[in-house]
Amino acid sequence: MGQQYRVAVLPIVSARGLTKKFDDFEAVRGIDFEIARGEAFGFLGPNGAGKSSTMRMIGCVSPVTSGTLRLFDLDPATSGKEIRARMGVVPQQDNLDSELTVFDNLVVYGRYFDIPRAECKSRARELLDFVQLSDRADSRVEPLSGGMKRRLTIARSLINQPELLLLDEPTTGLDPQARHILWDRLYRLKQQGVTLVLTTHYMDEAEQLCDRLVVMDGGRIVAEGSPRELIAQHSTREVLELRFPAGTNAERARSVTDLGERHEILPDRILVYADDGESVLHEVHARGLSPESALVRRSTLEDVFLRLTGRSLVD
Amino acid sequence: MTLLKRIWKTNLTLGFVQPILFLLGMGLGVGSLVDARTASSDALGGMGYLAFLAPALLATTAMLVGAFESTYPVLAGFKWEGTFDSMAATSLTTRQIVAGQLLWWATRVSLAVVGVTVVLVVVPDTRSWGLVPATLSAVLCGLSFSTTVGAYAATREYDQSFNYVQRFVVTPLFLFGGAFYPIEALPGILKPIAWVTPLWHGVELTRGFVLETIGFFAVLGHLAVLFAYITLGLYLCDRYFTRRLYR
Ligand SMILES: Nc1ncnc2c1ncn2[C@@H]1O[C@H](COP(=O)(O)OP(=O)(O)O)[C@@H](O)[C@H]1O
Ligand SMILES: [Mg+2]
Repeated sequence: MGQQYRVAVLPIVSARGLTKKFDDFEAVRGIDFEIARGEAFGFLGPNGAGKSSTMRMIGCVSPVTSGTLRLFDLDPATSGKEIRARMGVVPQQDNLDSELTVFDNLVVYGRYFDIPRAECKSRARELLDFVQLSDRADSRVEPLSGGMKRRLTIARSLINQPELLLLDEPTTGLDPQARHILWDRLYRLKQQGVTLVLTTHYMDEAEQLCDRLVVMDGGRIVAEGSPRELIAQHSTREVLELRFPAGTNAERARSVTDLGERHEILPDRILVYADDGESVLHEVHARGLSPESALVRRSTLEDVFLRLTGRSLVD
Repeated sequence: MTLLKRIWKTNLTLGFVQPILFLLGMGLGVGSLVDARTASSDALGGMGYLAFLAPALLATTAMLVGAFESTYPVLAGFKWEGTFDSMAATSLTTRQIVAGQLLWWATRVSLAVVGVTVVLVVVPDTRSWGLVPATLSAVLCGLSFSTTVGAYAATREYDQSFNYVQRFVVTPLFLFGGAFYPIEALPGILKPIAWVTPLWHGVELTRGFVLETIGFFAVLGHLAVLFAYITLGLYLCDRYFTRRLYR
């Protein structure tokens, strides 16, 4: 690789054979990825896939067991402090200081980065404005809703004006409205040029936010690409979902297996993968099968995951 | 300053009320019994029991508060609240996190100890300039416990472990560490145990300073032991905090 080329496209994060072991349990099993500056990059996978373990290594709070990891072209093992100074972290569990007010949570956190107090205060005001919590500045943390706490944690992670923002399951456990507010804020950050790295087990979140993502399962990366590429590569354009009366799924499935390109039999429904779902549905009706309900929809990352692992993302 | 705000919110009753109760109960009650018998009074070096007991309460209070502040609050920082984890993700080093914690312990212990000092100023038997170095020594005694117990807490998963600290360290020391009677009264094998515990050194210092019965070299010796404990405790904190936070 030529020197000039390296400088031009130097990834903000790169990993080769990245592995994390806890005693003799291998949570991350040799994964490779590169994240470009300005990109929104996702780790999509079910619980226990190794997403948080990976994020903690990227966050320089968990030593790499083997393989290489570089951030800003620095080594976390020797430059953890410098790297952390340029990065913001939203952990899976909010760890706000319940003894402090909303405003002081930001100021004190800024002080941990050695940012002058006056500067911390002015940034805290701006950030509370950004996450729409200005009116709660003097409130304690406890009475805040889950979505507000999450927004405050995001504001806190931005106090050092990071180039790279790590978000571990940013919207898990939030209601749909709170999720949309959060997505909107993250989208704005991306527009401002902040590199976003997030984990999620929601395919809609991955589709909404990520330019590119890797699908993780059992500590390994099983696929990589943009949401659109992944769907094109591993699924059909459309999916026909059929529901038959309880208990008759398996039996009815036999009469549709020749339709479409592929099918999946789930406990509560049958998925038929086809580029034209409507014509398959016509054929189903023509065969005299009468499903309780039938729905034609576009393929999602959920279908990709199902295809790759044989399991659903959310159990 | 923001940290100081936290301090006022936490209550000081542990530090304040307990020593006063002890002074009243033990000092006046037991004291009147002990002092009534001249022979016993001689065993204390000819002083009243109240004067013997009261200065030691500086050290015991420091121990109680110092040890307590490094049990539940420390585990909360690792486990329930994650305050330490949030710090670990910043450009702070473990050393700085531990230093901040030391400052916090020093503040908590000082507040409690100064509360007792105020009480001792009111009591005529113990009103002396010796209260100044005695108060400082008590704080060091408290920090010997904070730092070592804090390092232990960093290795714990569950708070039941702290019952052991209370039962096998704090309570026995409280009773056998020389606060209520000279450790010379203890049976043979217990004496050397008292010698190695920070509480006894703290009690010797506080009592010695207030009653002006301590010599220069004894002061140096006791202080050296307390500083040794604090140094060891800080070293272990650095080590176990790092292990816990960056795993
Ligand atoms: N500190 C730890 N000690 C032991 N095992 C761990 C630890 N952290 C995570 N694991 C295990 O590693 C696996 C992956 O966990 P994690 O990275 O949290 O997955 P995810 O975030 O994708 O749900 C899980 O089986 C989990 O139990
Ligand atoms: Mg996780």
